Amino acid sequence: MDYADSDATAPRDPGPGPGWQTDLSRAPAATKIVIAGGFGVGKTTFVGSVSEITPLRTEAVMTTAGEEVDDHTAVPAKATTTVAMDFGRITLDTDLVLYLFGTPGQQRFWFMWDDVVRGAIGAVVLVDTRRLADCFPALDYFESCRLPYVVAVNHFEGTARHSPEAVREALSLEPDVPVITMDARHRITVVETLLTLVGRALETTPGAVSRAVHRAAPSAAPEPSRGGRCDGSS
Amino acid sequence: MSTAAPALRAPAGPVPERPTARVRPYSLTGGRGRCGHVLLMETFVAALADADEGRGDPGAVAAAPGGALASWLLPEVRAVLGLCRRLRSVAEVSALLRMPLGVVRVLLGDLADQGRIRVYGTGHLTGRPDRALLERVLSGLRRL
Ligand SMILES: Nc1nc2c(ncn2[C@@H]2O[C@H](COP(=O)(O)OP(=O)(O)O)[C@@H](O)[C@H]2O)c(=O)[nH]1
Ligand SMILES: [Mg+2]
Repeated sequence: MDYADSDATAPRDPGPGPGWQTDLSRAPAATKIVIAGGFGVGKTTFVGSVSEITPLRTEAVMTTAGEEVDDHTAVPAKATTTVAMDFGRITLDTDLVLYLFGTPGQQRFWFMWDDVVRGAIGAVVLVDTRRLADCFPALDYFESCRLPYVVAVNHFEGTARHSPEAVREALSLEPDVPVITMDARHRITVVETLLTLVGRALETTPGAVSRAVHRAAPSAAPEPSRGGRCDGSS
Repeated sequence: MSTAAPALRAPAGPVPERPTARVRPYSLTGGRGRCGHVLLMETFVAALADADEGRGDPGAVAAAPGGALASWLLPEVRAVLGLCRRLRSVAEVSALLRMPLGVVRVLLGDLADQGRIRVYGTGHLTGRPDRALLERVLSGLRRL
């Protein structure tokens, strides 16, 4: 789905919408999930498959304003860039609304991730196995802020199929990070992916009695398995 | 399934540390306006009844904290108030009015300071959602 075709000329109201929109005496609880990954991996498709509204696009303006930027991006001082983010909405109950935000995967858009990650349930990291490296910045970011995440391999037909185990190994994922093979165009697999993420978030939220809590306990030291794969250059 | 598929490669080395100094957009206020309204992207807002499309009392606006009389006249303000006759999230206001998120936050923060819109709590503020909320999301998703 391409949002640009659906609201090409004028801002569009999403329509009558669910009942909670007109009761201004109270608002539903609002929560969100981040859909991350490289360009063209299927983020907007994923959001559109499950959203009750045609995905909308919000933009943020980024400027360096003379500030030092991370050295991977050589953005000249005072340059401005517009970063776009597609999002959708699901009314889960009369008083509960879930937003899905598809965020661009480049490292230089981290400021936008900071914003979208605040208060989020977790993230779905979408992966195209032909361009595996595109998801590295997202994985690194979510690990650094300890946001629960799952890896969802969006399988494009006609491309090689890799087992979740192969993907896990190639990405140096912790054993308890779920890896799912799905199709962003198919609502059922998108819902399953979201269910897996929320289950993962529950595992890592205090109060859980499962062993996962202990495995996910914060630790300042580098995790052994990642270090094991990358120790040559650390 | 092809074990010989060439695409999968392990990262060449550790991914760089997250830089300490990151780019900030000029208008991103950390989701918090002057009067402390928390405006996350999913935060709901709605116009207050007597703030309808700029036909309220201009004196009240001039007296309000942070109220700029100039903003009273902005078509953007009227557009925001018109859209917010229904509950809208901050992100929806930005998308439907095609205004950058930072600009929308500033406008909404001002309008909230002036008592022209209401900002609703998300229930969890900026922390991670608690187990009760996660359980509700889980059962909501199962019903889809
Ligand atoms: N074959 C196939 N195409 C897909 C799939 N998911 C997305 N696409 C297509 O890939 C293109 C990029 O998807 P899009 O959702 O815009 O990617 P984004 O840049 O991450 O938002 C679009 O033309 C989609 O129709 C998939 O699972 N299978
Ligand atoms: Mg997209």
